[in-house]
Amino acid sequence: MTISDHGEGRVVRVAGPVVTATGLERARLYNVVRVGEHGLVGEIIRLEQHRAVVQVYEDTIGLRVGDPVVDTGSALSVELGPGLLGSIFDGVQSLLTHGPGGAPAPFLERGVTRRALDARRHRRVHHSVEVGDHVEPGDEVATTPETATLTHRILVPDGVSGEVTALGSTDATIDDPVVWIDGEALGMRTRWPVRTPRPVATRLDPTVPLVTGQRVVDSFFPVARGGTATIPGGFGTGKTVLEQAFARWADADVVVYVACGERGNEMAELLEEFPKLPDPRGGGTLMDRTIVVVNTSNMPVAAREAGIYTGITIAEYYRDQGYDVALLADSTSRWAEALREVSSRLEELPGEEGYPAYLPARLAEFYERAGAVRTLGRAERTGSVTVVAAVSPPGGDLSEPVTQQSLRLAGTFWALDVTLAQRRHFPAIHWSRSYSLYDLGPWFGSRTVDDWDAQRRWAIELLAEEERLGNLVQLLGLDVLAPAERVVFQTGRILREDFLQQSAFDEVDAFCTLDKQYWMLHVIRHLHERLIATVTDEIAVEHMARLEVLTDVARMRSWLPEEAEDRARELVARIDAEVGGAP
Amino acid sequence: MRHPPLYVVELPTVSGLAGPLLFVDRATGAAVGEVVEVVAPDGTLRPGQVLEIDGERAVIEVFTGTRGLDLASTVVRLSGEPARLGVGTGLLGRILDGSGRPVDGGPPPMPETFADVHGAPINPAARLHPTEFIETGVSAIDGLNTLLRGQKLPIFSGFGLPSDELAARIAIDARVPGEDEGFAVVFAAMGITHRQAAFYRRVFSESGRMHRTTVFLNLADDAGIERLLTPRLALTAAEHLAFERDLHVLVILTDMTNYCEALREVATAREEVPGRRGYPGYMYTDLASVYERAGRLTGKVGSLTQLVIVSMPDDDITHPIPDLSGYITEGQIVLSRDLHRRGIDPPIDVLPSLSRLMNAGIGKGRTRDDHRQVADQLYAAYARGRDLRRMVAIIGEAGLGEIDRSYLAFADLFEQRFVSHSTRRSIDETLDTAWGLFDLLPAAELKKLSPDLVAVRGAADR
Ligand SMILES: Nc1ncnc2c1ncn2[C@@H]1O[C@H](COP(=O)(O)OP(=O)(O)OP(=O)(O)O)[C@@H](O)[C@H]1O
Ligand SMILES: [Mg+2]
Repeated sequence: MTISDHGEGRVVRVAGPVVTATGLERARLYNVVRVGEHGLVGEIIRLEQHRAVVQVYEDTIGLRVGDPVVDTGSALSVELGPGLLGSIFDGVQSLLTHGPGGAPAPFLERGVTRRALDARRHRRVHHSVEVGDHVEPGDEVATTPETATLTHRILVPDGVSGEVTALGSTDATIDDPVVWIDGEALGMRTRWPVRTPRPVATRLDPTVPLVTGQRVVDSFFPVARGGTATIPGGFGTGKTVLEQAFARWADADVVVYVACGERGNEMAELLEEFPKLPDPRGGGTLMDRTIVVVNTSNMPVAAREAGIYTGITIAEYYRDQGYDVALLADSTSRWAEALREVSSRLEELPGEEGYPAYLPARLAEFYERAGAVRTLGRAERTGSVTVVAAVSPPGGDLSEPVTQQSLRLAGTFWALDVTLAQRRHFPAIHWSRSYSLYDLGPWFGSRTVDDWDAQRRWAIELLAEEERLGNLVQLLGLDVLAPAERVVFQTGRILREDFLQQSAFDEVDAFCTLDKQYWMLHVIRHLHERLIATVTDEIAVEHMARLEVLTDVARMRSWLPEEAEDRARELVARIDAEVGGAP
Repeated sequence: MRHPPLYVVELPTVSGLAGPLLFVDRATGAAVGEVVEVVAPDGTLRPGQVLEIDGERAVIEVFTGTRGLDLASTVVRLSGEPARLGVGTGLLGRILDGSGRPVDGGPPPMPETFADVHGAPINPAARLHPTEFIETGVSAIDGLNTLLRGQKLPIFSGFGLPSDELAARIAIDARVPGEDEGFAVVFAAMGITHRQAAFYRRVFSESGRMHRTTVFLNLADDAGIERLLTPRLALTAAEHLAFERDLHVLVILTDMTNYCEALREVATAREEVPGRRGYPGYMYTDLASVYERAGRLTGKVGSLTQLVIVSMPDDDITHPIPDLSGYITEGQIVLSRDLHRRGIDPPIDVLPSLSRLMNAGIGKGRTRDDHRQVADQLYAAYARGRDLRRMVAIIGEAGLGEIDRSYLAFADLFEQRFVSHSTRRSIDETLDTAWGLFDLLPAAELKKLSPDLVAVRGAADR
């Protein structure tokens, strides 16, 4: 490496992850530097007249005044190319799975970085252009099968255009040329600075949902492909289980899972299971469509901050190839705290709750990298990055800055509720406080039955009515309710317990097809209407709680997806028989 | 802690003392995290560590306190090494102080090797997902909030609640069904009273397990700052036993609230911008560097399980100490003052309690095939009973229907028979106790139990 060409400075101060150096006058802001005898990776985050301030992505123990700080001359960037899928990286894209002997090292050593892509592997290359073709940024020059289901498109990088002057071998490593454009070789491996969004042709309106198989999400508060969702919730309310359910079931082509400042053991679970689970969309395993960027809570704090950008840059890269990508970030609060920690070591003036004043701007930059887009290139491909970000508010109090800023930016809000979680109502998404700003009803109606949206509105309104009645009952007792109100009360409970609750650990119920969601709700609504028509006095009210069909309504969750409609029609008939009141 | 034999540099240039911190000038050559020895005016030696360096000035935390130090004659010796602990099976059966020096009258332990007390982060890609059930013998834990090998589980307690008794009960009674070998306990006390220390000593010696136990004691009247070191020493000793000596190690840390107070003291002395309620903004990261040192590793036999006591100041679970702990640990066992007053022992409130790893450790071949459903049903029914209890407090029991009344009865007996029990229960006994309670509810209400299961278990039960 020729790193010393760019300048070498000296450490003058070390405070936690922040190192101050002199002698780096020629360096650029956000350049990567190597610090100390171990060559710890850092990034210049502030330049003053005689000093450069560096955030170090590794533990700074052992650093001394006078240790060298070497400028690498380039900004923090990720390696892009075929072979990213299935990988597990830390926040600065060092591969965690390959230690010295091939197996992952049990403990992380400092100053050790492992290249993201395997440079020795040969790949079959299918050229999409011929010599003499004119190409522009975003045009596909070749493809290579990356996994059983995903074809990796090799695109002309931003800023490059011209004539294809030669084709490379059809059997190539990532560093072999694929084509020559105006005599310049283009390989499969490229780099992109993580803090810069990748360009697109145009942004599109998100109109298609990211289907997740979670009833409360799809039926009540869906998120669009290319949209953004936020999940704030206190500890143990189900953020991670929800993010992992999305990683498992969401109908995305590629999943980028950013575990930011969270637990090692929950990652272990995902990393152990995903390579064994089949991709619900067919083809290989779940791991084949997944990329994990993980910086657990005990790994260096500054790398947590970088991990979010590493993740979203990789997501954009697959989006540009025309894929739908889900970026699942757990938790953005830990990222914001990393910002805060570095900011306080810089002795910057603290804003709200000690967060730096630029927190809202940084959060906005991140969320705005989501989107449904038409990509660069003449093929008019479309792709999307959907961002689902967990937030961990201190004390579960949603008035804190990270939650509030996230709410300002996200299109879908899933409000996790501690009380629901404590009663084991999972997912603990509260039906009256959550919302989705995306208009996806038309799409759902076209995919299932066209009164999807009407049914959804009925259910949400019924739950609002139940809540209102519930407040009355808390004060005055059940006696105050008229028979029709008792029906609302009972239907509300059925909606909550038998429809909204969904165990992530139940083999059948963990995933629910849209069809099944529709028919389950259909049965509940039908039951409600029959009861409203027939329950007119106290005797009927007493009787209503003991209907035999209720047991079967409670077991709709265990229907197999393909039999949902038949089972629903059968159950509707039994309701009519037992309740009466058919129109 | 190891006292390095060779002190490279001596610095007579102490320029300031503030709280637990010492500032020394012309400290070129000092490294962040390096161990120092402070020579007090009376000639005694105190261990310390370099926290920060700024130009020629170094900030040092003195673990045994700064009382009695001065600017004129105090000397700082640099060691050139990070803090290390001599580790090995020789530590088993020993009682050490909060800095790792023997206080049991025995000779200095013979170390097998020295290990950096800060440890290195476990590679998340090298972790084994915990799946082995630890039977604690306590129903509210085994049945509803199952503890697994490699898990970190705190007990959220309040002053005067029997958290020590519960921790001791688990330390003695815990076993993995079918195994008896390779077990060790590492106990680290931060700022506990002499009374509590005596209680634990008695428990360990009466249980006959002292020879498999290492104790690190920082007592309430020992230096506060040392509490930052004590849990790290304990975990360093435990990591060696677990990952080099193939033992299943249970680490008990008590009380992390005292640890956090020490953290705040240092932050204040450094004049840092305080975070919530005066605790430093990096407390999450700092606590994680303690709690995340639990787990299992691919290719290693042993395991490190943490049982941590966290006192909730003012019984407030949203206080930053329990709050940040809850965000890092894999669940929590919450003790309730109300249950304690009503004589429920252990007074575990199962609703806010949680074991996040439970699911992987229960079911057929691990505990019993009905475990998941029984737990879900207990939760659903008890939560309903508690809701009704609140309502009855306002509107009286008269307005309730027959079904609602059965839920009230269920909630009472659940607390008295399932949660409260004094002798060790096997997992079978725990689950059977639950089935006994289900008889209180109409069969149609048992929605979380599959019909097949009710047919088989219900019949066996009657
Ligand atoms: N859909 C679900 N089905 C069944 N159980 C669930 C579900 N969601 C959450 N849980 C239960 O709640 C526990 C906590 O969930 P989770 O770990 O996702 O919380 P979290 O919000 O990520 O907490 P933290 O902020 O501390 O990371 C899980 O271990 C599980 O027991
Ligand atoms: Mg989580």
